[in-house]
Amino acid sequence: MANDTSKNRKAILVTPEACIGCRACQVACKSWNQLPAIKTTNNGTYQNPPDLASAAYNIIQYSEVPFKENLVRWLFLSRRCMHCEDAGCVTICPSGALYKTAEGAVAFDRDKCIGCKLCVTACPFDVPRYDGEGKVTKCHLCFDRIANGMDPACVKTCPTGALKYGDRAELIDTAKKEGYTTLYGENDLHGLGSVYAFKEEPKLYGMKENPAIPSSVVFWHNYLKPLSLIGLGGVVAAAAVHYLAIGPHKEKEEEV
Amino acid sequence: MTNHWIDLKNADVILAMGGNPASNHPISMKWIMRAQEKGAKLICVDPRFSQTAAKADLYAPLRSGTDIAFLGGMIRYILENNLYFKEYIVNYTNASFLVNPDFKGPADLDGLYSGYNEEKRKYDKSSWSFQKDEEGIVLKDPSLEDPNCVFQLLRKQYDRYLPEKVSNITGTPLDKLLEVYKVYGSTGTPDRVGTECYAMGWTQHTVGTQNIRAMAIIQLLLGNVGMPGGGVNALRGESNVQGSTDYGILFHILPGYLPTPNASLVDLATYIDKTTPKTKEKGSLNWWSNRGKYITSYLKAVYGEAATKENDFGYPWLPKLDVGVNASWLMIFDKMLKGDFDGFFAWGQNPACSGANSNKTRVAMTKLKWLVNVNLFDNETASFWRGPGMNPKDIQTEVFMLPCCSFLEKEGSITNSGRMGQWRYKAVDPIGQSMPDGEIINDLYFKVRELYRQEGGANPDPIVNLSWEYGDKDAAGKVKHIDIHAVAKEINGYYLEDVYDNKATPPKLVGKKGDLVGSFALLRDDGSTSSGNWLYCNSYVTKEGKPVNMMARRGKDDPTGLGLFSGWAWTWPVNRRIIYNRASVDLQGQPWDPKRPLLKWDAESKKWLGDVPDGGAPPMGISGGLPFIMKPDGIASIFGPGLAEGPFPEHYEALECPLEVNSMSKQRINPTILIFGDEMDAFFSCDLRYPFVCTTYRVSEHWQTGCMTRHCSWLLEMQPQNFVELSFELAKELGLNNGDTVVVSSGRGEVKAVAMVSERFKPFRIENSTVHQVGLPWHFGWQFPEDGSGYDSANLLTPNVGDANTMIPESKAFMVNVRKA
Repeated sequence: MANDTSKNRKAILVTPEACIGCRACQVACKSWNQLPAIKTTNNGTYQNPPDLASAAYNIIQYSEVPFKENLVRWLFLSRRCMHCEDAGCVTICPSGALYKTAEGAVAFDRDKCIGCKLCVTACPFDVPRYDGEGKVTKCHLCFDRIANGMDPACVKTCPTGALKYGDRAELIDTAKKEGYTTLYGENDLHGLGSVYAFKEEPKLYGMKENPAIPSSVVFWHNYLKPLSLIGLGGVVAAAAVHYLAIGPHKEKEEEV
Repeated sequence: MTNHWIDLKNADVILAMGGNPASNHPISMKWIMRAQEKGAKLICVDPRFSQTAAKADLYAPLRSGTDIAFLGGMIRYILENNLYFKEYIVNYTNASFLVNPDFKGPADLDGLYSGYNEEKRKYDKSSWSFQKDEEGIVLKDPSLEDPNCVFQLLRKQYDRYLPEKVSNITGTPLDKLLEVYKVYGSTGTPDRVGTECYAMGWTQHTVGTQNIRAMAIIQLLLGNVGMPGGGVNALRGESNVQGSTDYGILFHILPGYLPTPNASLVDLATYIDKTTPKTKEKGSLNWWSNRGKYITSYLKAVYGEAATKENDFGYPWLPKLDVGVNASWLMIFDKMLKGDFDGFFAWGQNPACSGANSNKTRVAMTKLKWLVNVNLFDNETASFWRGPGMNPKDIQTEVFMLPCCSFLEKEGSITNSGRMGQWRYKAVDPIGQSMPDGEIINDLYFKVRELYRQEGGANPDPIVNLSWEYGDKDAAGKVKHIDIHAVAKEINGYYLEDVYDNKATPPKLVGKKGDLVGSFALLRDDGSTSSGNWLYCNSYVTKEGKPVNMMARRGKDDPTGLGLFSGWAWTWPVNRRIIYNRASVDLQGQPWDPKRPLLKWDAESKKWLGDVPDGGAPPMGISGGLPFIMKPDGIASIFGPGLAEGPFPEHYEALECPLEVNSMSKQRINPTILIFGDEMDAFFSCDLRYPFVCTTYRVSEHWQTGCMTRHCSWLLEMQPQNFVELSFELAKELGLNNGDTVVVSSGRGEVKAVAMVSERFKPFRIENSTVHQVGLPWHFGWQFPEDGSGYDSANLLTPNVGDANTMIPESKAFMVNVRKA
């Protein structure tokens, strides 16, 4: 859903080529958001926690891909919420817990979350997670920091400039001038708020090709959400609609 | 670092070898990437494909412990292809010096130099000397053609380092090897500069010092020393480790790199005479000829008014080493094991996990009567008596824990790798009973002094005569709290009386009693000045009658654009940002590269512009003043006769290695290393029980033994367990899968780890056989996480053998086995 934040829209620009995999961003995020530690084990990779989690809003994804020059290439990719302009999670959220900020961040109001998990199915990037109390969590672009003129915590700590924050149009413009040929998210879903700058095919890094919101989300938005708000309590409506629109609910394993 | 962090941005080629900047010095990558953005090439040479390799333009693998073979081949390549900077090496190095014709090298003596004594494992270095004329001035051949000149001897030694031979030793594919040589060798022109970044990957070897010497020779041949974007740069792995060596934390030096006196240096005059280098070279400032001023000012800082001319300024009270005694880490724990110590202060360290051959370290501590652990946390050292394999009933050591506070809870300075002393402020009050180290020392000092005063005891003078003017005192005369500024000022030094320049008529007042001394050039050897560390003289000065803390400055101007930021904090010596900077200009004082105007002689004002010059003399072409003022001969040493194993670096295998024969010579290992021979000092070369080359390293997420970081659950979340990295090929041979729990074992111990099977490790082809390399971090310990899930320290595996000069343990090349747990 485009709104009038577009003009002055802010964004995070991720440049994986400049990422050294130091993971200061993972720690800075936990520190600012005071997230609990996750009890992990080493699974034969540097990547930990293995995936985004209710207490891990961002992770560095490590991948080894074959390369003709060297033994291998070792790629580091910062994963987090993409802050879609046309955000499926915001569209489908029946309680208004998920919302867009003036800067274009997709933030959440924990108190409003009813735990329906519709947002999970609506996200093309597998981002939203639920905490131990059944409330939605995810990267919110440090909406509290950026509203006060500060950089998001991860950007603030990044030593190499692999993460940058600022005016979205300017960031994209600069990246292009610096020779980045593919700006992943420039136009997808009406433009992502987490834009990735590549000189290569994004899929090399494991980026999803042609991300799209499930059609059921559109159906929900156009037909069922208005009804639910009129007639039914949020949870009941959401559950019913979930079944109708998406199918039986599957619990996602959570680490915490 | 000869240079500094920001200066990495000025390089055309950055060689990361012996270090892993991306993981262990992330901020360095900011500057390395700035250089890359401008077209610079980052080369990574490492046994494994590291995070730095992932960002490199060129990666070349090498087997752990073969750096000198690799670099020796590069020296040969530079000489063969005439890539060296001739004007630089003729004028600024000893390349032209004629060596004693009796000198013989590895090319003549099959891996040895002249003067070797096999029984003592030591050299008589008398033939490693220069030919001199009757005045004592070294004979030189600026044409570099004399067969006895340093340049020709260098060529002779490294002619043997043929690329194919090097590749057979190091396992580096020939094409990669030559590509590295070509790219790095391109920096020998005046307008191109290369820098080298190293860390423990070079130092922690039996040939550690010579690894760095090899690079220093390359940098001199290419004219890269003293240049912005050049130098030989030790990336320090701890925020203040530069400070710790500056302040003499090692056994063989006092603050400011003054040698620790030994018993043969019976009085101050003898100490000064015997430890001061001498030269007849015209134009050499021979800065260490100021030794007498620095040691006398140091003694005045330590003993204050008790230090008088009559008592040799308290020199007799300084602790003296017995002649020939080495009191380094490995020796201390060897002696501890033999029961030679009653007590041990483990101050801010965790030897039970950080010491090579940790099992020996841990057993050694059982022989102590008492142990004091000064640390943020209880750790594997303080709790060694309840560690794995220990029976507390059998251990009589009494352990005390003194909690100290963290850097955020106290004020003071730290000195970073770029020699920059930066002032820090206290953010929060210390937690609980913890105290700043300074306060702990203060309490300890007054208690010990009280006991000496009451009970006398053996040799009380060094303690009771200490000057301790660090703040307000209570009724009993004890300093209540340490004023850290008083410490910083004492380090800088004071005028203890009005000091005059008597050469002027009438004599001119240089410094007023009570003022801080403005520079070490003003220190005196008559007791009229003090300085706790001459290198830091100028860090806290008197300006317009007021004390100014130079380390607290925060100026952000950068007029040269080279990132010197000379108004930000303070750098030793005298705020010089790049040392040896007078080698960055030609004989007329003009920058070799006008695009890098670090220093420039302004003929009109007769002044140097830019950085603080290394010695103030006008350019060499005008004054004859030589650029390397810290070297006795005023020039840099390509031929360096000071080290134990030879004036040039020669390739030797590690004490534990996979080869029966050193392909370079008959001499398999460093002929001058000390080999400990007891039961707990086992080592195994070419032994089927330990067939794989192993190395240790650090990860971004943990620090040192992990004592601080393992207690931070956010960091533990990212790196929860010890792991061992190995190739798919080796995993297949061993029947291992990624993520399996394995046991890594050496002749000294074993440790559990998670197998991380990766393409980033590849078997080496060494002399027609396959050699596998594995590696693991050394951050873990049995005590925390409390459930033991992190496993134990990789130092249970490492050998207690040290570099022949420094005795730093060889933690980076040894032999292990890996089996499924």
